[in-house]
Amino acid sequence: MATAVQQAAAQGPVIEMTGVHKWYGQFHVLRDINLSVALGERIVICGPSGSGKSTMIRCINRLEEHQKGRIVVQGIELTNDLKQIDATRREVGMVFQQFNLFPHLTVMENLTLAPIWVRKMPKKDAEAVAMKYLQRVRIPEQADKYPGQLSGGQQQRVAIARALCMNPKVMLFDEPTSALDPEMIKEVLDVMIELAKDGMTMLCVTHEMGFARTVANRVIFMDKGEIVEQNAPEEFFNHPKSERTKLFLSQILHN
Amino acid sequence: MTAEEATTPQVERPPASVAGPWGWARANLFSTPWNTFLTLASIAVLGWALPPALDWLIFNAVWGHVKPEVCKQADGACWAFISEKYRLILFGRYPFKEQWRPVLAVCALIAMIIFSCNRRFWRAWLGAVWLAGLAIFGTLMWGGVFGLMPVETNLWGGLPLTLILAVVGVVVAFPLSILLALGRRSRMPIVRSFSVAYIELIRGVPLISLLFMASFMLPLFLPNTIKINALLRAQVAIIMFTAAYLAEVVRGGLQSIPKGQYEAAQALGLGFGQMMWKVVLPQAIRAVIPPIVNTFIGMFKDTSLVAIVSLTDLLLATKQAISDPNWRAFFIEGYVFVAFIYFIFCFFMSKYSQHLEKSLRAGERR
Repeated sequence: MATAVQQAAAQGPVIEMTGVHKWYGQFHVLRDINLSVALGERIVICGPSGSGKSTMIRCINRLEEHQKGRIVVQGIELTNDLKQIDATRREVGMVFQQFNLFPHLTVMENLTLAPIWVRKMPKKDAEAVAMKYLQRVRIPEQADKYPGQLSGGQQQRVAIARALCMNPKVMLFDEPTSALDPEMIKEVLDVMIELAKDGMTMLCVTHEMGFARTVANRVIFMDKGEIVEQNAPEEFFNHPKSERTKLFLSQILHN
Repeated sequence: MTAEEATTPQVERPPASVAGPWGWARANLFSTPWNTFLTLASIAVLGWALPPALDWLIFNAVWGHVKPEVCKQADGACWAFISEKYRLILFGRYPFKEQWRPVLAVCALIAMIIFSCNRRFWRAWLGAVWLAGLAIFGTLMWGGVFGLMPVETNLWGGLPLTLILAVVGVVVAFPLSILLALGRRSRMPIVRSFSVAYIELIRGVPLISLLFMASFMLPLFLPNTIKINALLRAQVAIIMFTAAYLAEVVRGGLQSIPKGQYEAAQALGLGFGQMMWKVVLPQAIRAVIPPIVNTFIGMFKDTSLVAIVSLTDLLLATKQAISDPNWRAFFIEGYVFVAFIYFIFCFFMSKYSQHLEKSLRAGERR
């Protein structure tokens, strides 16, 4: 941990967004986003739908392209250089709302695909790593099944394990529990909490405010493409400053 | 009867014999009055059509080696015609004494195809097996080495010709069609325009005109010194045509893959080639196996069009067999025989595609 902190101090932030703008046609989805994420930080991003939260984290591994400003991930600026994009994506894991597991591959094959083909890891090693992470998300017995044979909660845990197999420095979560039945949300959140405790740098778009209180160092509220407010969870939930934040919190916490 | 049971629901009994042949017949053949009518009508049609057909095909047919005069007195089919002419039909004008070579060549080709059907063998080395198999086929057919008499391609004919046109057509057109389909979806305008132009142009003209152009127009444009083999020209035309059709089928498959699959692959750091090869194409092609096989079957039968550029494929060889004045009366037998050969191959393709669909989906069902 000490070395990691030293590294972080030496390297500066893991993710640095400065003056980032993005448009969909005429629609201004991201307005002047400035965000700096330190190693080991756990950030929860919330806000009404259409506020640009997903778009923002998808810019970090360039699933979306920003049109103005700078995004630097691990000291590498994201430009149109495909090699740099691929290099960044190897270090940044992502978990999607719809899991996006590969349905034609078994759980084990889902987990080992990228380590074998991207990291050029020998198959045996990749499978050992995969098994380690399957145990961590508590479904090692499902290794030989296909995604379609698993429940939503299990699929999302496989998706988390799949991202972890690449040994990423940062994990992005894009509403990881929004597509789940209520009784499965906890099993996924438990895995995420464990991950946070182990010191993973996480950016998480979610409406699970309990999760935000438990693990986040910082909560970011976005609205209309802007970061409206950010603060430590205690401050954020108890003393929101902006009217928009207050309104949003009253809507999601009191119904 | 169900009404009675419904009024006295004290005892839960299993419904009357849902299993067994009677249960099956009741559920599937006689479930409604309309269904009963259809069943009886179908039986009637079969009873009316089947006996005469079987009489002609089998019971009254003339088998073995006999003179055409004997056939003329019989009521049934004259299979003696096939006994007499099967070598001409199957091997065309290939030198009679050397016809063991196309027999072996066809066997090698079919063996290789059956071998390739097993998914366990879908490895990189299968490509080497195919190269070896095609080399064996070519060596046997061409000769000129190992003391085999050289036989030019203009003497090739019948089943080996049809098979090699179809097999090489499939093997080359399929990868080409994938490239075209990817090209048509590419963001690069030149690649996309080329793919669109190619597909629309080739798909928009009949195969016959392509064959004509390849056979008669191409030599006009090329200098006299360059002579491209007629078989090769027909083969290229078939490949180009099939690739254009298949490309649209493959594109349909690509469109059925949700965006999330691309995103997940990209987020893991997979490059474009890896993403396509490992994630997108396996799913896309699986989704369109029925129309792909449909195209293959159509193409297999379309190889008979090479007859118009004087290649003696299976069908033209049959026509030549029929043109013998002694046997001219028995053209129906000739066409039934050749139809049967086409049917065997097409039916195999159809059955294999069903098997493939089932086995590929097996793990994905809940």
